Parts: sequence; structure tokens; C-alpha cells
Amino acid sequence: MKKKILTLLMAAAMTASLVAGCGSTASSDKASSSDTSSSDTAASTDDTASSDTSSSGSGIAADQIKVGVIYVGDENEGYTEAHMNGIKEMAETLGLSSDQVIEKTNIPEDESCYDAAVDLADQGCNIVFANSFGHESYMMQAAQEYPDVQFCHATGPSARTAGIANFHNYFTSVYESRYVSGIVAGLKLNEMIDSGKITADTAKMGYVGAYPYAEVISGFTSFYLGAKSVCPSVTMEVRYTNSWADISAENETAKSLIADGCVLISQHADTTGAPTACEAAGVPCVGYNVDMTSVAPNTALTSASIDWGPYYTYAVKCLIDGETIATDWCEGYSTGADKITPLNTAVCAAGTEDAVKTAEDAIKAGTLHVFDTSTFTIGGQKLEDLIAGGGDYEKYKDSVSDGYYHESDVDINGSAPSFDLIIDGITSITE
Amino acid sequence: MKKTKKVFHLVKRSDMSRGKALVFRLIAVLLSLIVCAIVIVSITHQNPVSVYSGILAGAVGTKRRIWVTIREVAVLLLIAVGLTPAFRMKFWNLGAEGQILIGGAASAAVMIYFAPSLPPVLTMIILLAASMIAGMLWGFLPAFFKAKFNTNETLFTLMMNYVAMQIVTFCVVLWEHPAGSNSVGVINQSTRAGWFPRIGGLEYLMNVIIVVLITILTFVYMKYTKHGYELSVVGESHNTARYAGIDVKKVIIRTMMISSAICGLSGAVIVSGASHTISTSTAGGRGFTAVVVAWLAQFNPFAMIATSALLVFMQQGSIQIASQYGLNENASDIITGIILFFLVGCEFFIRYRIEGTEVEIEEKAGGAKA
Repeated sequence: MKKKILTLLMAAAMTASLVAGCGSTASSDKASSSDTSSSDTAASTDDTASSDTSSSGSGIAADQIKVGVIYVGDENEGYTEAHMNGIKEMAETLGLSSDQVIEKTNIPEDESCYDAAVDLADQGCNIVFANSFGHESYMMQAAQEYPDVQFCHATGPSARTAGIANFHNYFTSVYESRYVSGIVAGLKLNEMIDSGKITADTAKMGYVGAYPYAEVISGFTSFYLGAKSVCPSVTMEVRYTNSWADISAENETAKSLIADGCVLISQHADTTGAPTACEAAGVPCVGYNVDMTSVAPNTALTSASIDWGPYYTYAVKCLIDGETIATDWCEGYSTGADKITPLNTAVCAAGTEDAVKTAEDAIKAGTLHVFDTSTFTIGGQKLEDLIAGGGDYEKYKDSVSDGYYHESDVDINGSAPSFDLIIDGITSITE
Repeated sequence: MKKTKKVFHLVKRSDMSRGKALVFRLIAVLLSLIVCAIVIVSITHQNPVSVYSGILAGAVGTKRRIWVTIREVAVLLLIAVGLTPAFRMKFWNLGAEGQILIGGAASAAVMIYFAPSLPPVLTMIILLAASMIAGMLWGFLPAFFKAKFNTNETLFTLMMNYVAMQIVTFCVVLWEHPAGSNSVGVINQSTRAGWFPRIGGLEYLMNVIIVVLITILTFVYMKYTKHGYELSVVGESHNTARYAGIDVKKVIIRTMMISSAICGLSGAVIVSGASHTISTSTAGGRGFTAVVVAWLAQFNPFAMIATSALLVFMQQGSIQIASQYGLNENASDIITGIILFFLVGCEFFIRYRIEGTEVEIEEKAGGAKA
């Protein structure tokens, strides 16, 4: 009897495994058949496809495009969430169906990125995006293996020197939105000075940075310059967490900055750690990536943020139009790639809205340069004078002309931020 | 009138044949899949069969995915094999993580400093040797203190992991590329110097060859050599070993050095054979996962192939179901957890059976109310 039951169970197990086996082949069949069916259902994209045939003829029809995306995190993390929204925006603008976009989340910065990239290429993706700094070398490796697939990597510096035709870097001029968010902070400081809460010489801001790296330094310098443009006596202290996203470290760092006399906090780190500490201490704060009012309704002013949609739309559009994707792409306010999140009017100083509008218009018009060399000094000297003096500053020669530092100018330094000088008024504490 | 009551007690089995045990395990897997299916349906409202087939496709769906799965199985197996001699000796080596990191750091150093100038074969020999020596030293310390002063090896090896992690952090800053990025990037990307060579055009064949070789050698060492016998006697009882004239201290240090050398070698397999970079997450918790692999397989190297394959299979499959169904990797962790629960549970039933016997209860005054 026992034996009979066992044989029965064994048979059941074998059938189950057979079914599972069949299931896999069936699903792959389904995938390929849905590819073909999508070609006749994608009516909305017909105009783009036809216009492309008239212009160059070498593009890929919009309904044939397959986009692969590699994310370092998932929708629970502000930075990746911003990218996911950008991809969604791209798919909507270009009329791509959901099975034309394959997203891989939580891919760490190691060989898993290479595995993911080549796997996406194997699945027939025409273009593969990766969103984290450490993904870069693995994307380059994959790009060399699949010369017909476009590989685009956010925040990396290597495309301009690597000489791989199908490998591209992209970033946005986030320093522009940081500058604008700095103005919001500076006006808040002015309000605190006027109300007698602090004096002009105690107007010290704190900044929670991730790493002492150009991207972060460029970010906090532009934030500081924005604040300084309206509140000339402001100073700033920067501390690092040595992680892009570490909620408890960011919280602790914000607390220690507040304890050190900082009356306003900003951040270049991905979590809500700092705003949470600010809310508890009643210190105004400026966030990054996402609106922080959910955790700091009484202290968050605004957040400097990036809209990745314009790039993703641009890059995929290039494929449809049969054009080459720029090796380095970096746009800001003018294309809507950068912005600040809605002002928290209950906390912001009066007149902030107008000041933000003026600055944004000047940035869009190209009349306001964030890294205007007349607005800052290093060791008491102007950047131009230091460059003329040679030595370590020699390398900045090409970046400075017409009275400003050409940050993220794709022709000079590529799309990644390059400003890595600590200017007067900022204390950067590396432990 | 006498009342009887049924009581249950556990009886140790001694008659379970291998085939029967295997059937038990298959039933356990089947049951676990059914439970998983219920969980999947109730939480995600997805068809469980299609989720399973997604996992299957993710792990072995294409030739490339098969090789990635093989590569990951090979590494996990190697670490588990490395842990085996120490565990057989009842020396709880929880320091595999650190031994992997330090072995990986050593091979990264060879890739950076020697590979560009030395011939490939010589580089490879130095690289493998360096990683084994580095791992060996990392295991020697806790073994020495255990042998000499009877320190707690569990804590000691565990703490050594954090030391290794900090050393790797230091190395990352030392070797970072580009400067300030806090990552080493792919080492020798253009020259492939110090990378495991492709054999027959296959990227990861050398990883497999190394692992198979070490697995067989360890199996032979454990089963057929005097050393292997000595270490299992030490594992049973130090006093027995001493009575039999075995130098316990020597055996502890020797076994642990072998164990950690293999773990160090797996660091080289990861760094030089797969990731070509080094970071604090190079070991990625595999030093601990391997403990599960080794225990589940009851230290049988061939059973370890099955257990490590199961875990890696689920992990690789999870990437696929994440992108296909929007389930993140936690979904596959749940599935893996349920399967492990059933497997561990079934080991219990392979070793024991529950027997019920009728016993008489003496009637006491008012006993029924009590």
C-alpha cells in the first residue's frame, strides 16, 4: 500500500516537472508572438514610423523598438524612482507598449550588471540604459560585445575617452536646480535674520554629502552659490556619509550638523534621513530627488530634482529617427530636465516664488551662469588668477572662459559634473 | 472502567533506505511548491505556474543564463566545500565571508600589480597561490587561538569578517578608478590581464574546472586519507583523539588552514573569474549561504551540488520574475524560504518517525474535571 502511494506521488512529481517544463516553452512562445502582434496594434506610433522612413530610412520603427533598463534600486528608492518615471514618460511620449520595455531592478554594481546588460541584449533590446555610477565599466564591456545595441549609462565620465561608438553617457545639469534651491534656502535665512532668530554671521548651512567626489562637490557648491546670491554672509559645513543611500547615517550626519550650529540643512544623498532629523529639530531643509514634505511637512522648503524623461525620450527617438545618440548628453532647465519640486509655501519666505521664477528664466535664457567666477574665491583668489598661476589649477584652463566655469559642458568635460574645488565659505569635513 | 489516551513519541529510524529518503525529499519539494503556489496566488494574484516558469526561464532560459547559473553554483559550491573540513571537525568557521574577501583582495592585487607585466600562465599561478595563502592566513589566526587558548572560534571567525571588510574598503580607496568614485571598476578591462582565460571559447569553464577539481580532492581527503580520519575523530571528541595519539592542536590548525585556503581560492574565482573587480560586497553573503548549503547536504560534496544549485536557481530566477511580473527579489526569497523549511523538516522525518501508542490513564477522583 505504502509503495503504491509513493509511486503515485512520484508520478505526480514527474508530471509537475513536465508541466513546469512546458510552461517555460509556452511563455517564451508567448513572448515572441506578442512581439509580432504588437506591430499591428501599435496604431498610435504609425505617424512616427512613416515620418522616419521619409527622413532617413535607417531608423527602427517605433513598434519594433525594445528598451532595456538596469536600475540599481527599485521604486522604493528616490533616485531609481525618478529614473523609472522618466522611462514611463518616454514610453508614453513615443507610444511604446509595456512589453517593449524590460526593466531590471536591484542590480548591484558588479558582474550582475554585465549579466543583466548582455541578457537584455540577448532578449533583443535595441538600447540598454543603466542608472548607477558603478555600472559603467560593465556597460562598456557589454557594449563592446554587442556593437549593434546602444548602451547608455547615467552619471559616468568615460564615454568621451573610451572610443566605443555605441556607448554613451548622460546626466542633467542638476547644478542648475541646486542653485535655484539654494536661492530658496538663502531667502529663508534672510527671513530668519530679519526676525532676529539668527544674526547674519551665524547664518551657517549644513550639507549631508554622499562622497567627496566631483558630482557632490559641484552640487553643494552650486547650492551654496544660490544661497549666497541672496544672503551674502552665508557659510556652509559639509559632512559625508560615504554612501549614496544610508538612512541612519544621513540622519546622524544631519543631527551632528545641527549640533554644530547649522540653521538650515540640504543633502546630496538619496534617503529621507536628513529631512526626518530636521523635522524633529525644527530646522528648515532642502531635499534631493523627491518632495520631502511627506516626512518634513513643517520644515521642508523644496527639493532639487531631475526629470530623466527628456533624455530617455531623446535617446529612444534617436533610434526611431535613425540618428546617432550623443556620446555625452547633458541638459538642464531649458529642456525641462531639471526643476525644483513645488515650494512648500507654508515654510518658504515671502517672495520666494518670484525670486525662483526670475532665476529660472535667467538660467533658461543663458544670462545667469551658476559658476560665475566673480561670485566666489578660493583661498581669497579668483579662479582665473589661480589658473594663470599654473600648478594644480592648470587643468581647469579649458573649463573657465567668459567669466564662468563651464560645468557639464559636453564638449569640455563630458556630461558628468567636474567642478571639484572647495570654495571659500564652505568647510568640507572628510573623516 | 479504564480510560486510554493516545500519546505520540519520536522514534529514531535506522531503516530508511537511500531511495526512500530521496522520495521523501522529492515529496517535500513538491509540497513546498504547492504551498509556494498558494502564497503566490494569495499575495500577488499571479498564476503560480507562470511564475515558476519565469524562474525556470530566468535561471536556464538561454545559453548565457545557464552559464551564469553554473558560474554562481560553482562559487557557492566551492565555498561550501571549503567549509566542510572545518565543520566536520566541529570547528564553526563563520569567517568564510572574510576569507573570500581577503582572497579576492589578494587576487585583485595580483591583477593590478603583476598581471600587466608577467606572462599569463605565471600570473595565474601567482594569483591562485596568493588568494589561497591570504585566505589561509585569515583562517590560521582563529585556529591558532582556538588550539592554544581554546578561544571561541565562532566569535573569532565572525569578527575577522569585519576586519577583512575594512581592509577591502582601504584597498578600494587605494585602487579606485576613477579617483573619488569609491569603486575599483573592471580591472584591466581592455587587456583582460589576470582574468581567467576562456577555455574553448567558454568564459567560465575554468571556474568550473577549478571547483570540480577542489571538490573531488576534498572528498578524497575527507574520506580516504589519515588526515581526514583524524579530523573527524577530533570532531567527535578531543579526548578520544588525544587517547588515540592524535595531536589535536596540530589537526585544528591544519584543517582550518585548508578550509580557509579553499575559501580564499573562491575569492579568486569570484574576482578573477567573474566580477573582475573588488568591493566590500564581493562576497555578498555567500560565506553564510554556503553554511546552509553545507549543512543541508550533510557535508556530502555531491549533495552540495544539488543544494547550491537549488539556491542559485531561485536567485537567478528571481531576477527574471522581478522584471516579468514586477515582483522584487523578496518574492523569490519567500519561495526559497518555504522550500528550505520543507527540506529541513523532511530531514527530521527521515531521521525520526512519530509513533502513537495507547496508554491507560488511571481514573482519579474528580480527574475528569481537572
